[in-house]
Amino acid sequence: MKMLQTNLHEIETATELEKMIQENENVMVCCGRMGPMCMPVYDVMEELEDERDDVKFAVMAFDNPEAAIIRNAPETNGFMGLPFTMYYKNGKVAHATSSIQNMQQVASILDEQFAEKV
Amino acid sequence: MNDTYDVMIIGAGAAGLTAGIYSSRAKLTTLILNEGAVGGQMVLTEEIANYPGVPATKGYMLANTMKQQAKSFGCKIKSNIKIARYDLEGDIKKVELEDGRSFKARSVILTPGGRPRSLNIPGEDKFKGTGISYCATCDGDFFTGKEVVVVGGGNSALEEAVALTQFATKVTIVHQFDHFQAFKHAVEEAQKNPKINFIMESELRSFYGNGKLESVDIEHLPTGKMSSLKTDGTFIFVGYQPNTETLNGLVKLNERNEIVVDTDMKTNIDGVFAAGDSIVKKYRQVTTAVADGTIAALSAARYLSEKHVKAGELLEQEA
Repeated sequence: MKMLQTNLHEIETATELEKMIQENENVMVCCGRMGPMCMPVYDVMEELEDERDDVKFAVMAFDNPEAAIIRNAPETNGFMGLPFTMYYKNGKVAHATSSIQNMQQVASILDEQFAEKV
Repeated sequence: MNDTYDVMIIGAGAAGLTAGIYSSRAKLTTLILNEGAVGGQMVLTEEIANYPGVPATKGYMLANTMKQQAKSFGCKIKSNIKIARYDLEGDIKKVELEDGRSFKARSVILTPGGRPRSLNIPGEDKFKGTGISYCATCDGDFFTGKEVVVVGGGNSALEEAVALTQFATKVTIVHQFDHFQAFKHAVEEAQKNPKINFIMESELRSFYGNGKLESVDIEHLPTGKMSSLKTDGTFIFVGYQPNTETLNGLVKLNERNEIVVDTDMKTNIDGVFAAGDSIVKKYRQVTTAVADGTIAALSAARYLSEKHVKAGELLEQEA
């Protein structure tokens, strides 16, 4: 059941997340609630979705039991601020952030983590 | 197609969206440029229970309704942009973005809003999300069974401190003065809560930890004495500051960097209006922002109408 009111694709199961990160080279998933720290990140992702064809954008509800795959990931250990945002490259976690991020911060992470390594 | 809008609004909080609704419904071509997320401070409000005619609602939902309403009348919204330069003088105003795009309009309504004030002390950025938070509603449950510090002495600080006692075993409020600015009922509520204690006339100086926040340094202001307090988290509620840095030197600001306007929301520049949390005023509420935005849009419409009449008269004279 979908729990987030955004225009982004909502992942509902851990299996779906696994499939997405295996089938797409670059994936950004924001795991949060409909709260004041999460909404601005969803907004940034909606803007970027139109511009970044190289990245698959999605959200996952923090309170969805299936989101344990993100809540309990080693990369989010110690996180104490929503949302938990995961960046996956070639099926693996490339980066993770906790709490609100602005457009500049997200764009910078995408450029840094998803750039072609020569 | 004419690339000059009738009205360009800077900011998409309650004031900006309201101005967008009014001006686009008046058939004025309207563009909203917004540097952050649409909704401004509204989306930072968990529940809005005092907006007349609307039962208690989530802040983001009210913001989303206003956004859809503005768009339904033809208002264009570009958010998450970064403004590089303003040219507000003359009949045609111009705004340039950092990505090189530029937009023109016959009038401008400034509604840049405000943002939570940060402490700007060492460690604040480093521990954001790993112990430092600006939203108790969002992150309170991460501190279940832990000890936290709340910084501030206004209504938000005291109300959020009380809310945090649902999760934390101990809440320490650190405040710079010997008294609180919050309403009496909020102060009494905090004072009678056995989980809350107070460190008055003191300020935080730095944050420490290894991977996550572990302690804070606190200075007792009258004596200058420093002490260290172990804590799992710090919630910062020290008010808001207007987003007017890029307008400094362009429009008249007061000593608190708030935009100076008259009762019609006119600034000191012809054709430039302002509304919302960034203007000089006493009460910052969604309702007051909506009222300001309405006045600014109607004033802009009147300004454009008068300009149009004058332009028409000139053309007639020339003919």
